Amino acid sequence: MDILNALVAFLNFIVVPGLAYGSQLALGALGITLIFSVLRFSNFAHGDTMAFGTAFVILFTWWFQSMGITAGPLPTALLALPLGILVTIAMVLATDRVVYRFYRKQRAKPIIVVIVSTGVMFVMNGLVRLIIGTSEQNFTDGARMMLNPQDFKAWTGLAEPLAIKTTAAISVVAAVICCALLFWFLQRTRTGKSMRAYSDNEDLALLSGINPERVVMITWIIAGALACIAGTLYGLDKSYRGIVYFSLLMPMFAAAVVGGLGSPVGAVVGSFIVAFSELIVTNAWRKIFSYLVPPEWLGDGLYQALSTDYKVAVSFTILIMVLLFRPQGIFGGK
Amino acid sequence: MTAPFLIGENMTGGYGAVDILHDCTLAVEPGEIAVIVGPNGAGKSTAMKAVFGMLKLRQGSVKLMGEDITGLTPQARVRKGMGFVPQTHNIFTGMTVEENLEMGAFIRQDDTIRDTMGQIYDLFPILKQKRYQKAGELSGGQRQQVAVGRALMTQPKVQMLDEPTAGVSPIVMDELFDRIIEIARTGISILMVEQNARQALEIADKGYVLVQGRNRYTDTGQALLADPDVRKSFLGG
Repeated sequence: MDILNALVAFLNFIVVPGLAYGSQLALGALGITLIFSVLRFSNFAHGDTMAFGTAFVILFTWWFQSMGITAGPLPTALLALPLGILVTIAMVLATDRVVYRFYRKQRAKPIIVVIVSTGVMFVMNGLVRLIIGTSEQNFTDGARMMLNPQDFKAWTGLAEPLAIKTTAAISVVAAVICCALLFWFLQRTRTGKSMRAYSDNEDLALLSGINPERVVMITWIIAGALACIAGTLYGLDKSYRGIVYFSLLMPMFAAAVVGGLGSPVGAVVGSFIVAFSELIVTNAWRKIFSYLVPPEWLGDGLYQALSTDYKVAVSFTILIMVLLFRPQGIFGGK
Repeated sequence: MTAPFLIGENMTGGYGAVDILHDCTLAVEPGEIAVIVGPNGAGKSTAMKAVFGMLKLRQGSVKLMGEDITGLTPQARVRKGMGFVPQTHNIFTGMTVEENLEMGAFIRQDDTIRDTMGQIYDLFPILKQKRYQKAGELSGGQRQQVAVGRALMTQPKVQMLDEPTAGVSPIVMDELFDRIIEIARTGISILMVEQNARQALEIADKGYVLVQGRNRYTDTGQALLADPDVRKSFLGG
């Protein structure tokens, strides 16, 4: 029984939150890696693009709620999501038209475009503040729990509860659907292949008659949609504050670099590595250990390697380790 | 005399302020193999890039089937029926052999792409065996076959090759030359730059010896091989 309790606690504190958080990171990191492989720069504005998209999803959610439209047990935000995605896509395409295209025509060095994207980040950040403010917004409705901890305890008779939040389950399902669609698109469709070709060898893609502006546009559309979905899922699962999305930039970049920048599979795998590392390092293991070893062995410690306040240090450390020892990432990016 | 099928006439130009090509002329007829040879730095690749529009010409013109295409971009020339295989970075390394060929046919709208792919697999049987393998994992000679195959997928009228045998073994080189002859027999014009001058001139209908961006000798491949001056200066006796 004790081992089962330890296992349930492990699932409850590490596996379930890790899968949800990893899924949210993965959708963000996929956008970063796509933009890197096609437009050849690290988009520092990606976190704030997520915040921007989510802000609109929240506005549309409120609008739906005021009209009495809900999605039953699911969050209303899922209904508002398509509208938010459209606004985000319009925003990134407009940004590309006004800002990035100019530097593309000049064939500016990637490092310059990275700085440009930092500027875009500040503008986007300011816009989000104007639109929805800086305070925390909670827009989650519908059924809170898919698996209620009390019910779980009653069914199994275990001392430890297992809770699965609806939003966590939605995150995982959405990530699976988005990844499946994206990989199908990249591997099977003519347009997807032309995107890969352009990312692989720009000059040869031009010689093959692939239109670079079209490839760039499709990349922004996909990255914008993914950013809005990732931001909304994160906001539903945790809560929404614009500034939090800025700090998501570090784990997302760590994830993309761990997997190998430019490799979509790598971005997904890297996201779960980062998510689980953060949880494993910042989790207080005392509870799980207490089921496995006699209490007198444990002492007073919490068995927590790092306070949760420092969780960003985990992704930072991973990022540096990867850049030092395997800069091309697990799946050999660029 | 009728106008040549493809001609770069009196081309003068370079990448920057300094001209690399001086009054250089290259021409090729349908089904013909024209080879550009010459010492290092003679502007062989530059001359071919000029024909393909990758270089701004200060003087001279490029005409395809009598039409002046001097002002067209390389991409527009591909649509006009010119194929180009660069010397390096000429395949999509992260994509499979078959995907490389598909990308070659990107501009084609017709539904005979599969037939063309079949013809290319007939021409390069090894590619059919390796069709689902990533092109970047193939050997040098196989990669060149992918590169040529990709360019042929557009069904070009003129196929331009920049040192197709660079870095491949002599056996593979002979085989590639055989394939190039086969391609020319289907009526496609071949214009290529070659480092292996002697072997290339042997298969050439027309040879251009360039020196310092100028035409030095122009004749049939056999005549150039027989010319004592050319032999002494460029073919090592």
